[in-house]
Amino acid sequence: MLANILVTTLVNGAAYAMLAVGFSLIFGVGRIINLAHTAYYMLAGYSIFTLVRVAGLAYVPAMALSILLVTVVAVLCYKLLIDPMREHETTVLIITIALALVFQELMLKYFGGHFRSVPGVAEGSLSILGVQVTRQQAITCAVLAVILAAVWLLLHRTRFGLAVRATAQDMEAANLMGMDVSRIATLTAAVSAALSAAAGALVAPLNILEPHMWLNPLTIILAIIVLGGMGSIKGSIYGAAIIALSESLVIFLIPQGSFLKGAFSLLIMIIVLLIRPEGLFGVALEGER
Amino acid sequence: MIRVWLLRLYRDFKGDILALPGRTLACLAVLALFIAPLFIRDTYILRIITLTAVYAVFAASWDLLSGYVGQLNLGHALFFGVAAYTSAMLNLHLGLPPVLTIPLGALAAVMAGLVVGIPCLRLKGQYLSLATLAFPIILKGLVYLFKEYTGGELGISGISRLAGSRLVECYIALALGAVLCFLIWKITDSNLGLIFHAIREDEITARASGINTTAYKLLAFCLSGLFAGIAGGFFAHYMRLAGPFTLDVLLSFQAIIWTIFGGITTIYGSVAGVIILFPLMEILRAFPEIRMLLFAAVIVIVLRFMPEGVVPWFLDRVEKECPRCKERNAFTRTRCRVCRVSLSEREVRARTTTRA
Repeated sequence: MLANILVTTLVNGAAYAMLAVGFSLIFGVGRIINLAHTAYYMLAGYSIFTLVRVAGLAYVPAMALSILLVTVVAVLCYKLLIDPMREHETTVLIITIALALVFQELMLKYFGGHFRSVPGVAEGSLSILGVQVTRQQAITCAVLAVILAAVWLLLHRTRFGLAVRATAQDMEAANLMGMDVSRIATLTAAVSAALSAAAGALVAPLNILEPHMWLNPLTIILAIIVLGGMGSIKGSIYGAAIIALSESLVIFLIPQGSFLKGAFSLLIMIIVLLIRPEGLFGVALEGER
Repeated sequence: MIRVWLLRLYRDFKGDILALPGRTLACLAVLALFIAPLFIRDTYILRIITLTAVYAVFAASWDLLSGYVGQLNLGHALFFGVAAYTSAMLNLHLGLPPVLTIPLGALAAVMAGLVVGIPCLRLKGQYLSLATLAFPIILKGLVYLFKEYTGGELGISGISRLAGSRLVECYIALALGAVLCFLIWKITDSNLGLIFHAIREDEITARASGINTTAYKLLAFCLSGLFAGIAGGFFAHYMRLAGPFTLDVLLSFQAIIWTIFGGITTIYGSVAGVIILFPLMEILRAFPEIRMLLFAAVIVIVLRFMPEGVVPWFLDRVEKECPRCKERNAFTRTRCRVCRVSLSEREVRARTTTRA
């Protein structure tokens, strides 16, 4: 029981953290709530499915290719549809929902509403400290951790990362210091989409694919973002851990808990917000008016 | 006596409605909506008209809270769903007639507004939107959990009908929709509306001017809940079903889509958005496979080029604002209908530059 809870928490938590970090990045830099964020996750899943099952590619190249593909699609969407609308906050909201619906319907049209599955990299299971873990879960977890570390290095050890953090802190000041804010935002959108796609690609073998699979993670990562503090990368990771843990606790400890898992994580979010209205690691955005 | 009164009515009608193409069109559209059911025997089309009226109230109530007060509510379906379930349960278990259950359902939605509003008003901006998103999802989880009371996925069915025939129901919906939307519009046009505008534009300044912003925001939550609740209760009795669909995230998004498509912070924009998009969605049933795709594509493309919404975009084309008295004029006029000042932009600019 305890082992199951731990494994589920780790795998889900890592995937949620990646989705949430991507979402946080583009929110921080562009002040864009991208509700199509998890649609990229779904697209990556389907893209791998096509490349592996139809085109007959091996899993790893298929993964790389689909991450690239989804990122290109996402950047195009950003440049053509989201970027010109940035001043109209609510319009961006609607456009991103509509985009997610467009992707959902396209997938429904070409793949149908059936549940699909993607073959994994490795079969079988191994035991770590006496806990049974499937190889796929272990690999997914490890790769997710590596990617998260890479994102941290990118943000904290490179000039680009510095620019991203500066823009997130104060866009006007960053612009005055001579940074090309619009280019940074585009690049951030690309990184954010790539993270979402990578999460989709890695989790795809563990989950079933279906065109509506973007909606559930979307509400969960929204909870994570709010819980951790909007725009805070550290907050997203802690938030993901908390939500993933509470989800697996509810599923394993409460009868019929899977109905309540979404409700329970959102309840935690609301409780945290009531105590700390700016989230765990958020900065109060009082200065922004 | 009656003649004088009629003459005055005619004068006001000519001066305030016929003078502006936007208002004339709106009047014609409402008139058409009211006359059309008389000639339609097809219950399917009657149903579309009825639901359009119900959803118009729902979208307008979202605009009242999110457009005017600026409290972007992503979980508006909560009010709709709470009222629908309350009405359905009261009707089914206690046998109350719709005349009672719909107001009681709306009252429950007002309570929901308080339950959401009191904790959430500690939050600001996007935090508030995302927290409001959570409530209908939590409630939906509870609905699935307590299957014996709520019917789970199937919902509560077998509720009594509103009226004997579909035509009568359609007219009740139209009348109710017209009255409620007008009421919402009047609220936003009143002093209260001005305070709402002030809170959205700059909450700190509003508070500094002696406005108890928290109380007014709470009031907005309750008012919005009230109107959305009436729509929800009506919906339950019309469909004779209150299902988990009424708490869906997509229903909340639907209200936002309608309002922003029509034009946010206008009320009439949200109503127009429903009147355009809801029947469009039904027409698109002709292409069942790509229906949602077309719908979403239409929204993306339209908003890409008219970010303010369709109605403000259209009004900007057919009406001009007088540069001096800010009165609106039809695009055909060269002089303002109130203060006779020239409306041609070039002439105005020439005059101001010579004065300088």
